[in-house]
Formats: sequence, C-alpha cells, structure tokens
Amino acid sequence: MALDKSEVAKIAHLARLHISETEADEVTNRITDILALIDQMQSVDTDGVDPLAHPLDVVQRLRPDVVTETDERERLQTLAPASQDGLYLVPQVIE
Amino acid sequence: MEWETVIGLEVHVQLSTASKLFSGSATQFGAAPNTQANIFDLALPGTLPVLNESALAMAVRFGLAIGAHIGKRSVFDRKNYFYPDLPKGYQVSQLDFPTVGKGQLTITLEDGSEKVIGVTRAHMEEDAGKSLHEDFHGMSGIDLNRAGTPLLEIVSEPDLRSAKEAVAYLKKLHSIIRYLDISDAIMAQGSMRCDANVSIRRRGETEFGTRTEIKNINSFRFVEKAINHEVRRQQDVIEDGGRVVQETRLYDADRDETRPMRSKEVANDYRYFPEPDLLPVVIDDAYIEAIRVTLPELPDARKARFISDYKLSEYDAGVLVATREMADYFEQVAQATGDAKLAANWVSQDLQGLLNKHHWDITESPIQADRLADLLKRIQDSTISGKIAKTVFEAMLDDTASVDSIIESKGLKQVTDTGEIEKLVETVIAENPDQVQQFRDGKEQVIGFLVGQAMKLSKGKANPAQVNELLRAKMGS
Repeated sequence: MALDKSEVAKIAHLARLHISETEADEVTNRITDILALIDQMQSVDTDGVDPLAHPLDVVQRLRPDVVTETDERERLQTLAPASQDGLYLVPQVIE
Repeated sequence: MEWETVIGLEVHVQLSTASKLFSGSATQFGAAPNTQANIFDLALPGTLPVLNESALAMAVRFGLAIGAHIGKRSVFDRKNYFYPDLPKGYQVSQLDFPTVGKGQLTITLEDGSEKVIGVTRAHMEEDAGKSLHEDFHGMSGIDLNRAGTPLLEIVSEPDLRSAKEAVAYLKKLHSIIRYLDISDAIMAQGSMRCDANVSIRRRGETEFGTRTEIKNINSFRFVEKAINHEVRRQQDVIEDGGRVVQETRLYDADRDETRPMRSKEVANDYRYFPEPDLLPVVIDDAYIEAIRVTLPELPDARKARFISDYKLSEYDAGVLVATREMADYFEQVAQATGDAKLAANWVSQDLQGLLNKHHWDITESPIQADRLADLLKRIQDSTISGKIAKTVFEAMLDDTASVDSIIESKGLKQVTDTGEIEKLVETVIAENPDQVQQFRDGKEQVIGFLVGQAMKLSKGKANPAQVNELLRAKMGS
C-alpha cells in the first residue's frame, strides 16, 4: 500500500503539522515504507488472537473517588500567555 | 407519500462522582472558572491518568439495570481532535471494548402498549471544558472545570420511530439513572445531554435513509421539537427531488430549527487508537455480583408491584414510579392510610399539581408524606369532606401546624350533628318550594340541587350523605 502526497497532506493537517513542499516527498516515502512493514505483518495469521491493548501484561489499578487536588488556579494561570476573569484566553476559534 | 421516521439517540450522562474520571480534581457544578482544573486536566507534560473506581462501578450499575452485557475487560482509546477546550488534543473514550455492551429498556407508548428499545452500548469517557466566545476582545475564554468529568455515553439502536418515542425513551433512561443515583441527570445543567440521529424512509422500505445528527438539544421538550423539525425538513428535501446530506446539525431553540454546523466545527476523522497511558480494565464475576446486589428496585419492577399490591391502574402506577422520590412518597402515604387509591389520587393529582405550579421537585414539597397522610385520615374518618380537604391542603402550605389544629382553627370540621343538619335542611326546604314540589312529583334528580343548596349554606361543612338522607326523610319519600 502506498500513500500519495495529498493523503500525507491530509494526515499532516489532522495532526496540525506543517510539511513544506520540499519535505513532502521524503515524508511520503517514509510513511510508505512503514506501511510496507505493516503489509508484511498483515499476512500473519492472527485468528483467535485478541487485539493488543497494551504491551504490558498487567491490568489497570483504580483510585478511590476522593478529591485530592486543591485550587491552584492563580499559580497555574501564571503559565498561560493570557487569562481574564479566571478564564484562559486563546485565539478565537469561531469567526 | 407516507414516511417512516428512524431515530437513534446518543445520551451523555455526567456520572455524579466527587472527583474526575482520571484525576483528583473536584467536579462540583457552578464552581468559579478553572478552580477545579489542575495539572492533569490542563494536560501539563508528565501527568498520567488513574481511573476513578466509582465511575467504573456506576457504569457497571447502569449496565446491570438495563440487562446489558458487562465488559469484563474494557479498553480506553484516544479520540483525537483539536479544540481549545480539549487541552490534551484527544478525548479518552472507549471504542471497541466498552464497559457496557448490548442491553435494552422498555418504553410505554401513548396508547399504553410497550416497546423494547435496544441499547447498543454505553461507554465511559471524559468530558471536555467549555469555550466562551463573547466579550474577550477577539479572544475565546476557556473554562476547564468540566474537562475530565466522567461521562457515560449511552447509544441506542435505531429502534425509535417518532419524536414521541424518543422522548419516552429519554424519560425512561432518566428515570433509571435517577433510581440508580449515578447522575443528577439535569438536562438544563448539562448533566444529561442528547444527540439525535434522524433519518426517514418510505414506509415498508427496509434500508435506512441517510441520517443527520442533531446536537445541542437540552430539554425533553426540545428533543421532540428538534426531531419533528428535522423530519419535516428531510421530507421537504426529498419531496423536492433533493437528497439528504449526512451532516451534523445544531438545534436552535429560539428559532425552532436545525442548521448545519460549519465545517470547521466538524471533526470527521478521529483516528482512534488504544490509550497507551491506561491499561485494560479487568473486572470479575465477584465484582459484578457485588454491584448487582446493591441495585434498587427499578421503575418497571416497582410499577408491576404497585399494580399487583396496591391495585393501581397501569396509568397511575406509571405516573407514580416516574421518580424514585415520588414512588417513596406515595408508598408512605398509602401505608399510613391503608387506602392506596385515595393516596394515589392525592399524590398524582393534588400534590403533583402543586409541585408543577411552583416548579418544585417532590423533595422540596412543603407538605411531607406524613402530613398528607394525616389529612387523608381525616377524610377517612369523616371529620372533613374530600372538598374541604382541598382547602386544608392549601392552608398546609403556609401553616406548619398539625392537620387537626388547622381544621380546628379554621372551623372546617364537618358538621355531623343531626340537629344542625336538620336546621339546614328545613331552611332549604322552606326557601325552595318549587324544587321540593318537583321532587315530590317524582323528579328524582332535583335532590342534587337541594343537597347543593344545603352544602352551600353550611359553607361546605355539612356531611353530604347525612344531608341527602334527611332531605329525603323530610320531603316524605
């Protein structure tokens, strides 16, 4: 399976990555190589094998439903480029 | 052209845990912005999720209540999209291995018949934050208090065939969730939210038509209006020779219409993959059974018991079990008075009317079950008539005195003294000679008028049965 440049451009857009015209060929080739490896793996018979959810063979530990965090808004908002009335400000997303 | 409507609902319910799904931040509604958003909720590097055990237990509780398959091994996945109120850039959800699999619930249709609606799945996921687009000089304000609040997304099969059925399903779901006490499920506050997938097809057709998804429906009433609007819109499109486009539409309650979301608001490729920061969640039979034994009596079972034990009608039982609190209230009154029918009438009519009028929840009722029972006991022992009881009921709203002292102080005690009633009857006979003659001539129904006159004269306090009896005796029949 091979990818063309427009598919790479779409994937890059979904991931919000900028890929310049000069990089596009190289990235396309590299992803196509990875897909070739996946094609090879696809030929293995996996009937009766459960999909792998995690490489570690252990299960999730749970935590009790207890509030352990306190209000650190003031300290955390010093990290943000802009805030007002307790809200984090970001460039407007809806025009 | 005869059209059939096909609807499936996706309902998001905020689980009422104290802390978030994957962090120890509080989940209180209405807190000041970002005071419940900490390093994990803000997605600062190096933070890791740990699953809240109560959220898992609540999801399993719901699954058992709808007879669903419980996933003994559930897996969390990342659903990727970019939006400022989702700081991680992905929402942790469950795709292929949800905690709750196929189940079902039964709804009652308007004609009284029942219909089973399939639930495809119910998966756990985290909520996003909130974006505020006004008043920030061209910027958007982000409140991440809600980010990470545990949600259960309950997905129905496309089994619903009208907006009314959709509302019945949503109400049933709401009722079960409240009985289970796993969420406040208040649509106006967003702790229960509904998206509707709607399509139409020609009656008799077996293939589904192209569907649209309506978002942003935040009340039971709007569910019905939004779906009906969308069905009419799709009919117009097809009857004009067009095609329905698969898209997401927003319901605008002010204009009662749906409009397509702008393409920028639509993320169409979520690139799900297993969440590497979380391990599979594994539960065993003992865990599931331990939850099963804590399930309360659910609305369907309670309704059946009300019909068999209290001899209530289907309808009355259905009204009374709608909320757990209402059913508890009714049972308390029914047991205290020993008259279930009387209790059912007062709870479902007088009390419900009062609650509706003041927009009160039954838990806010100024008249508690034991006081209503005291009132009904005075009807039962003929201290007051059913009509006077309504006056006392009104008075009980502002007066916390006992039922007996209200009756006493307002002089509402039913007159059962034969001497007084005799005086009333004699006055009525003297003042209405024409009607008395008509009665004596065999016009039986005039008795109603005469009893009415006597009751009026007594200001409603005379015992009507006694009045009736004495009138007949005096008029010589």
